Amino acid sequence: MQPLLPKIPLGDAIEWLVDWLRINVAPLFDAIRWVLGGVSDILTNIIQFFPPLVLIALLGLLIWLISTRRQAILAVLGLLLIYDLNLWRPFTNTFVLIIVAVLLSLIIAIPAGIWMTRSRWAEGTIKPILDFMQTMPAMIYLIPAVFFFGIGMVPGIIATIIFAIPPPVRLTYLGITQVEKEFKEMALAFGASGRQVLTKIELPLSLPSLMAGVNQCIMLAMSMVVIAGMIGAPGLGTNVYRALGRIDIASGVEAGLAVVIFAMILDSASRALGSREQSMAVRLVSRWQRRRRERAAKSVELPVAAEENS
Amino acid sequence: MSIKIEVKDLIKIYGSEPRKALSLLRQGYSREEILEMTGQMVGLGGISFEVSEGEIFVLIGLSGSGKSTALRCINGLIRLTSGSVVVDGHHIEDMSDKELRRFRGENMAMVFQHFAVLPNRTVLDNVAFGLEIKSIPLEERYRRATEALRMVKLETWRDRYPDELSGGMKQRVGLARALVMNTSILLMDEPFSALDALIRTDMEDELLNLQQEIRKTIIFVTHDLDEALHLGDRIAVMRDGRIEQIGTAEEILSNPANEYVSKFLRKVDVSKVLTAGDVARRPEEILRLTEGPRSAKLKMDTVGVDYLFVTDRSQKLKGIVTMDDILQLIAQGSRSITDAIKEVNTIDKMATLQDVYPLLANVRGVVAVLDEKGRFLGMLTRADVISRLAERGSNATATA
Repeated sequence: MQPLLPKIPLGDAIEWLVDWLRINVAPLFDAIRWVLGGVSDILTNIIQFFPPLVLIALLGLLIWLISTRRQAILAVLGLLLIYDLNLWRPFTNTFVLIIVAVLLSLIIAIPAGIWMTRSRWAEGTIKPILDFMQTMPAMIYLIPAVFFFGIGMVPGIIATIIFAIPPPVRLTYLGITQVEKEFKEMALAFGASGRQVLTKIELPLSLPSLMAGVNQCIMLAMSMVVIAGMIGAPGLGTNVYRALGRIDIASGVEAGLAVVIFAMILDSASRALGSREQSMAVRLVSRWQRRRRERAAKSVELPVAAEENS
Repeated sequence: MSIKIEVKDLIKIYGSEPRKALSLLRQGYSREEILEMTGQMVGLGGISFEVSEGEIFVLIGLSGSGKSTALRCINGLIRLTSGSVVVDGHHIEDMSDKELRRFRGENMAMVFQHFAVLPNRTVLDNVAFGLEIKSIPLEERYRRATEALRMVKLETWRDRYPDELSGGMKQRVGLARALVMNTSILLMDEPFSALDALIRTDMEDELLNLQQEIRKTIIFVTHDLDEALHLGDRIAVMRDGRIEQIGTAEEILSNPANEYVSKFLRKVDVSKVLTAGDVARRPEEILRLTEGPRSAKLKMDTVGVDYLFVTDRSQKLKGIVTMDDILQLIAQGSRSITDAIKEVNTIDKMATLQDVYPLLANVRGVVAVLDEKGRFLGMLTRADVISRLAERGSNATATA
């Protein structure tokens, strides 16, 4: 049957575009591939240099520092389980992928979010791109990633970044636009520059929203791990994907469990970064600040009633 | 006294093409006509005034009259469209953004309607904010901030966060933050409007006391006539982006320049402005729930009244006891007053006198005024209300 309308060769056009990009922008892609590959190799080597138990202890300490002791103990138990299940090596690969992808995402996302608050044009351009990125099925990102960067860690990182970047952009934008106008006006009235308004008013006041963006970014990156495994990004995702292919329940569940444990650790750790009270690091810093303040105010004699009120 | 701030033909037009609106304005078209013809909004239609050194100059008007815009044109937060603002001989309108930033930091500090106290900083760091912007070394910053906090009597709160502070205290922080800058000019944008009426009067008095000491040039924006009359050395009444009259409180009250100003003065219906909290007075004696009938009688006799308000330990009002009932209790040999407590009409301190009238129509003609937590603040009798209204009313008739 003759179709009513001739089909627009949209897919063909995009294929042509991708081909063109691959041929003409190849040096750029090669450079990205080289840098990202190098960074993740170095990181992987550093992490694998530590004996697993030492690294587990270090991670436990780190979580204790930024979160509570309870979270630290749970994290150590979870990591021990991953080690025990013989998944330590894929775990370290996933770890590196997540760190690199999340850091790069945030390096792009936070300035992008700030830019959106500064320019109408940026707001109007970036918003639809974010919508597009978030509604496109995640697996589609694998195709151009493979096309431009081949197989392995680098395309995995790229696909993960594309997938994980929208929430931090949106939440940065949202956080800053929700800062009350009077605060900005106050800063300006006291002689602040645009940059000071950003660093002293907008960013600190939108910190909860920013940290929610970081948390979302990490969680989405985690959920991309398995999909990235399909294009040969080494890590827990590969194990899951392999188990799926062989219908191997045992190793599938084990690898899946490892992913879940890792996700929970990252979730609680990144949440702790956002809340002031529970974090040991914040407490240490604020104690240090208070001491600084007290020293600074020594020249002015302090009213005794200060302690009585507390 | 020398002229500190000189505002001349200040025009502010909001919109993308102010030029056309400007020429229409100069041809004498009204604000509405210009809005209709060009879509441009005239914020200020050409105002002029001078402020002397050490003076409190009040801009008063209804919302939309342009008073806040005028204030912001003085420190350049809003860039004027035409005219000139001269502060200490410097033309604000000729300054670049960078010069303006420095000039503001050196010469004028501002206090805001909703305090603009940063929730993520301690009281001290809030007060030190302007000094931080100027990159003043930490030690000096905190030393000066502590001194400023002492001026507003908040030094014991320096390490607290704003969420622990009441509205009045937050605005003291806002005031200290402005004082610490050591500027000769203070711009105050409805600073006390968001406060309870009781606290507002306190803050006004405190500002006047402080002004004795600091002698700053203050431009004070408000929509509250009482506040303007209370604070202003001179008052400018604004309407639709223009100044209707400038003068001292006396001049304006006794000789309103036009129909609008006298209407503005008359419109201030005291019964709507005054709240129960403003007028309430504390009875000389209050009865505690734990006290007995004999001590109740003693208290009534000493003060010479025939009823007492009864409160519990947390200041909560329990009711009222009358002399008749107390005498009866004593005759019965009772030791507790609980049986004699009767209900009494109560009203929130924020209620206006208008709301109080109907409640006064009971036998004794008395109402108990409670604060937001239900604690007993004071009482109001018919006589209290009438005498207060009469006192204000004489002001109002003088203006008519």
